[in-house]
Amino acid sequence: MDILAKIKKAGLVGRGGASFPTADKWEAVKKAKGAKKYVVCNASEGEPGVAKDSYILENFGKEVVDGIKIAINFLKAERAYIYINHNYYKKFNKILAKIIGKAPIEFFIKPIGSGYIGGEESSMLNAIEGRRIEPRLKPPFPTTSGLMRCPTLINNVETFYNISLVAANKYKKERFYTISGDCLWTGVFSFPENWTIEKILKETKNYPKFPFFVQVGGEGSGEVLNSGQLRRPASGAGSITVYSILKHKPENLIKNWLDFFLAESCGKCTPCREGVYRLREIADLPNPDWRLFADLLNNLEETSFCGLGGAVPVPVKSYTNNVLAKMPENKVSFKGLDKKTMASCLLYEKDKNKN
Amino acid sequence: MEVARENGIFIPGLCYHPDFPVKGNCRICVVEIRGKKKLSLSCKTKAEDGMEIWTDTARVKKSRNLNIELIFAEHIEKCPTCIWNVHCGLLDLAERYKIEIKRFPDRKGKRKTHKFANAVEIDGTQCIDCRNCLDACSLLQNINYLELQGKGIDQEVVPVKNKKIDCIYCGQCAVHCPVGAAQEQSQWEMVGKAIASKKKIVVAQFAPSIRVSIGEEFNLPYGEILTGQVVAGLKELGFNYVFDVSFGADMTTMVEAQELLERLNKKGVTPMITSCCPAWVKYVEFYHPELIPNLTTARSPQIHTGGAVKTYWADKMKINPKDITVVSVMPCTAKKFEATRPELKAKGLFPVDYVLTTREFAWLLKKNHIDFPKLKPAKADDILGEYSGAGVIYGGSGGVMESALRTAQFLACGKNKGKICQTQLDFKGVRGLAGVKETIISVAGKKLRVAVVNGIGNIEPVITNLNKYDYIEVMACPGGCIGGGGEPIPTTDEIRKKRMAALYELDKSKKIRKAHENKGVLEVLKWLKGQGKLEHQILHTEYKKRS
Repeated sequence: MDILAKIKKAGLVGRGGASFPTADKWEAVKKAKGAKKYVVCNASEGEPGVAKDSYILENFGKEVVDGIKIAINFLKAERAYIYINHNYYKKFNKILAKIIGKAPIEFFIKPIGSGYIGGEESSMLNAIEGRRIEPRLKPPFPTTSGLMRCPTLINNVETFYNISLVAANKYKKERFYTISGDCLWTGVFSFPENWTIEKILKETKNYPKFPFFVQVGGEGSGEVLNSGQLRRPASGAGSITVYSILKHKPENLIKNWLDFFLAESCGKCTPCREGVYRLREIADLPNPDWRLFADLLNNLEETSFCGLGGAVPVPVKSYTNNVLAKMPENKVSFKGLDKKTMASCLLYEKDKNKN
Repeated sequence: MEVARENGIFIPGLCYHPDFPVKGNCRICVVEIRGKKKLSLSCKTKAEDGMEIWTDTARVKKSRNLNIELIFAEHIEKCPTCIWNVHCGLLDLAERYKIEIKRFPDRKGKRKTHKFANAVEIDGTQCIDCRNCLDACSLLQNINYLELQGKGIDQEVVPVKNKKIDCIYCGQCAVHCPVGAAQEQSQWEMVGKAIASKKKIVVAQFAPSIRVSIGEEFNLPYGEILTGQVVAGLKELGFNYVFDVSFGADMTTMVEAQELLERLNKKGVTPMITSCCPAWVKYVEFYHPELIPNLTTARSPQIHTGGAVKTYWADKMKINPKDITVVSVMPCTAKKFEATRPELKAKGLFPVDYVLTTREFAWLLKKNHIDFPKLKPAKADDILGEYSGAGVIYGGSGGVMESALRTAQFLACGKNKGKICQTQLDFKGVRGLAGVKETIISVAGKKLRVAVVNGIGNIEPVITNLNKYDYIEVMACPGGCIGGGGEPIPTTDEIRKKRMAALYELDKSKKIRKAHENKGVLEVLKWLKGQGKLEHQILHTEYKKRS
């Protein structure tokens, strides 16, 4: 069985966060026409609260490099780049360089200050090409027009690790979870990918005894779930952050999330550059206009250029939905943000997108 | 978006411009497409058969209007003195969609204005981050003088710090800016004062391009020829005399054709390269000073007319040249810079005192409530109002070359009396919007290898193969002057074509189509011949290395 068939059979999905079927991506690059093809391993890991790639590079460098080599061979690629954040490079470049040996694999250190967006796949291509670090208009997708406009396969560190396991028939449908926040046993763990958040927290002896909620998939763009919503797998980038309800005031949480996106917005599109700035401004007002606040969040969902902008509403809205809205009325005292306002403007409007 | 606009459906767009690849930055062209979960951008969506698209649903309105409001908060309104205020893309959107323009407080009050000589400026307090100016400077012109500094809300368009790169004042940033953040450094106020003071005789001269583009500012069709209205409008504004720069263009042709023949016959420096585009001249002086000997020493049309006004005409009218103020109306921002070049002074006076762009001229007309389209056409004043068809096609890329060739063939014949003289009127090989136009033309029995560079962004292959040519025309702006940095907004290829076609139509309609048949020009040249050193001063100029 060739590698593509194996990947298909294993049902691998990307571990960068978007869970895109790996076989489809490989096939697309394979089929794409181009004099040269490239492979890029995304080791930028810019999402706060996620540290699994660091863990994998430290412990399974050989497997990751093997995975990249398999991709090079499969695609007859010209060259592969490991797009790596500066700290990881400092820590692991010597070990990895030894493993790489003479293979056509190069490091590209993620430019300092390129931030969160610097890990988005098309921004990453721009960075390697020396362009301004910003997302590209899609289509075309990197699979057909990526690095130097050539078909490019971009996978996350963990995905390449899984590829090598699949190739060696050792893949056991497990994934890495980063656990952080208000709990005792933080760190990176490997468990079956279908385990629920609840099970993972219990298994690691991290299930809190105090009122809490979690953020899944990163402390920046992850979704917030209350303690009653944990019977589902941890999606996205595979991280669980535990928050004590008592310790975290709504105002600080919302401001922190917005501060993060304000600092990370690249500035390309209006809803993100201007919208996040205005959201942050509104959050500081004594009497915020919550309807406008909600409109700005929805506008990001609807019209932002890239996934970063689209992710801004995720933590804020899921937090108000799943945590604030479930609290007793007298406990919610965040600048006039009562349940009625939340219900009328901040809830997920899942049906609204139907024509 | 283009399909919708072609079919009369309005979709707003600020960062979209047909000259550039789609950017998708401003996010105001959102539409709803059946089957798509999110709103789609109409600028980047290709229309397909069977697509069902809504352009004005409640959902579209909400996001579109919010994004426009966010954009308004980036732009400090300076409407009372903004030459855009009667033609402003932002205000139009505000009115069309009932936008609350003050919904969010302005956030860019402390941004700087970057001035490029006296020609162009970029006002950071008005910038809406659409990045068209960057595309114009880099993708279109390949000058790369502007860069984006910082990220997120701190991003700002600034000139690069690299001392090896300098602005050529072409103003393509300005003509591609949807909100007037990049614009000409205006002189309309000073011109208004000069007219009002009545202390001086204020003379206007207008470039060939103005007549075929000014109509757009008054919602007339692209390429409408309005020579008479331009004259009438200038008179209405209070100018004492109105001359036509096409006259100066005929002067330039005479000087330049003569020089071309001299260089060819006496084995002077070739290829000879045109110099009437001031942005191109600045480009040579800064980036390729080794080409200075190749530039024709002929002054540009506005400087020729201005010089003739302050010498020949002043003498004839018995006016002290010091009492004359010459105002050019130009499609160009770099002409403002050209007018201040000290080497152009004759008898201590600058040939041209102020330069207005087409947009500034339109603004003055509107500000003075002059109903331009309804003006009774008037004739430019004698004798500097006469012009040939050759003079008028100066406004389009290839026009200078064609005019010079018409006259050079004639002049060459003059020296070979007895032979059958073949002269040609239409040189189609140099016309059109191609980036580089090459052809071979026979002059005086020689095969002349000519090239026309349409837009400075296309210069590289010609500079690297200089020896392939005998005569080269360069216009820094795509389309030539009709696509200049001072022209009405928008300027696109479709519009450039129509403005250009109008010039050739005018050329065809003229009885006189060759510069050497312009009797007025011949008279001025004859008069100058008797003025000793002054002749050279008025007709020729020099250049200097600037890097």
